[in-house]
Parts: sequence; C-alpha cells; structure tokens
Amino acid sequence: MANSSVSKPKTVEVRNSTTTQPMTTMSVLAPALGWLIPGAGHLIQKRWIRGLLLMFSITTMFFLGLAMQGRVYRPNGGDILDILGFVGDLGAGGLYIVTRVMDWGQGAIAHATADYGTKFIIVAGLLNFISVADAYHIAIGKKP
Amino acid sequence: MIMAQMILAQMTLELSHFTAALLFSVFASIVFGITQRNDAREQIRYGLYCFAMFVGGVFVAGWVMWLLRR
Repeated sequence: MANSSVSKPKTVEVRNSTTTQPMTTMSVLAPALGWLIPGAGHLIQKRWIRGLLLMFSITTMFFLGLAMQGRVYRPNGGDILDILGFVGDLGAGGLYIVTRVMDWGQGAIAHATADYGTKFIIVAGLLNFISVADAYHIAIGKKP
Repeated sequence: MIMAQMILAQMTLELSHFTAALLFSVFASIVFGITQRNDAREQIRYGLYCFAMFVGGVFVAGWVMWLLRR
C-alpha cells in the first residue's frame, strides 16, 4: 500500500547570516586612529571618559614595560614566540612606532623584572587590539 | 632624542612580583571593563570583578607554589 500522505517539501527559511554593516567614514577612521593612538578611537566618537581611561591604561602599561627594561620585538621570521611577541607589540600602534624610532627597548635583560616589562609591553599592545575592536563596534552602532 | 634614550637607559624600574601583578591587574581590568560591557554601571562591576579575579588568582597561585615547594 502506497503511502497516501504525501509529504510536502519543507520550506526552510534561509537567512543571510552575515549581515553586512554599512561602511562609514567613522567605521574606518575610529579603528585606525584607535590603533595609532590608544583610546583615540573612542575620543573621536565623543566617548571621553572611556577614551581617556583606555589611553591612560594602555599607555601607562606600555611605558612601565619600557621602564622595567622590557624588550621590544622587531619584525622577525625566526622563533614562533618571537613572531607572536612582535604581533603583540605591534598592537600598540603609534607607541610601537615611536619606540622603534627612538630605539628603546633593546637593552640586555639584566634582572628578573625585565621579563615582566616585556610582558607588559606585549599585553599593552593586545589590550589596544581589544580597544580598537570596541571603537569599531561603537562606530557601526553595535555598542552604545 | 639622545637625551631621552639616556634617561630611559638610566631609569630602571624594579618592581616586586606582587606590585607588577597588581599593576597588571589594574590596567587590564580597566580595559576589560570598558570593552566587554555596554552600560557604565556594568562596566564598573565587570572591571572590579576582573580585578578581584586577577588578584585572587595571584594569591591562589602563590599558595599553590608554596605547597609544591614543601
């Protein structure tokens, strides 16, 4: 006996999962400026307190790392940890550029806290990456 | 430029392990609080929560190392 109940083809609603955000000037400018000057991506969008706090935190952490005689990584193709260190340092943007120009952070590690300094510099860069992403989210209206 | 290099070379900040961890916690917590929450009140709460977790982690790690050393 043939099955009389004819199964209807299920209609599956396909939604476009990748909703494209409109690219505005601010959505490009805020992350770029935020990378170059930590906190500036928020300041340009009139998030004054957030911007100043981010600027203070990231900049202070970076310079504390330098004052602790931390090492600043250069572009390299050697050890994976050195490459990752460079990527982290690069997150600090303008601070990293100034440091390279001034040739800071190249001292020989002579005491234990110098290693902490190296980590401070890397983490300052990584925190700035988060700050840049936050500035972008504000620019596209995803975050108030 | 040379003057700045000389100052930085002479200035060596030697912090204790605990002070370094505390400073790290303060700055990381501020950034986490601002970036991971939307509302100002939530940002402060989350920042304080992160700070407590960081400092708590330092004490826990310290005691674990003390136990391992025995």
